Amino acid sequence: MRYLTARKRAEGKGAAHTGTEHHWYMQVSAVGLAFMIPVWMYIFGSTLGKPYEEVLETFSHPFPAILTGLVLFVGMRHFAKGAQMMIEDYARGSMKKGLIMLAISISYAVIAVGFYALAKIAL
Amino acid sequence: MAEAKRVERPLSPHLQIYRPQLTSITSILTRITGNGLIVGTLLAVWWLLAAAVSPEYFAFADAVVTSWFGDLVFFLSAWALWYHYLAGLRHLYYDAGKGLDIPTAEKLGWACIIGSVVLTVITVILV
Repeated sequence: MRYLTARKRAEGKGAAHTGTEHHWYMQVSAVGLAFMIPVWMYIFGSTLGKPYEEVLETFSHPFPAILTGLVLFVGMRHFAKGAQMMIEDYARGSMKKGLIMLAISISYAVIAVGFYALAKIAL
Repeated sequence: MAEAKRVERPLSPHLQIYRPQLTSITSILTRITGNGLIVGTLLAVWWLLAAAVSPEYFAFADAVVTSWFGDLVFFLSAWALWYHYLAGLRHLYYDAGKGLDIPTAEKLGWACIIGSVVLTVITVILV
């Protein structure tokens, strides 16, 4: 006889091995992005195409810099998990694992580059 | 009896046998726009990096970003972002167990398509 509760036996099972965490993260990040994206789009869109000095000026202010950092981080994590869902639908085996790793790597690389640029401009 | 032949089943979402409907097309578009937005993101972050590195590098990146190619990428990205935005809200509504009957689902599909075009036009005018 194994002294395991019914819950313990069920944990880690299912297609994703993580229960509903993935889905819940997508919902939470979607709501967060829904609030941030319209404001960020306005700031970024207005700055795009401006001269060098004005671009530096915009992103050296706290609100545009922090908002851009947040949108990049939450957006890229949302992207990585969304891309993972797509990959899981169309690829199998090692190809699937490799592509998911690639998507996660791209997402973190974009976050790191974006943070570096924002820090250098803002500080 | 010889070993059973493995059946080659189609992968999700069975595109070959699926009759295109508004609900399926709008769902597939959600995935395409969401994943496609990585292109605009890469271009935007590269442009931001160039601004942080030097005026010369920024001049180069800015020339690419403001060229017809950059305009096209950001115009399509603006639409993709708004479409994904509305379709994402629709997903949250669906996940709450609402709007799943076919007439409502089709109305929401049209709302995503028309709404994203309207919001893109407003964005282009505003920024």
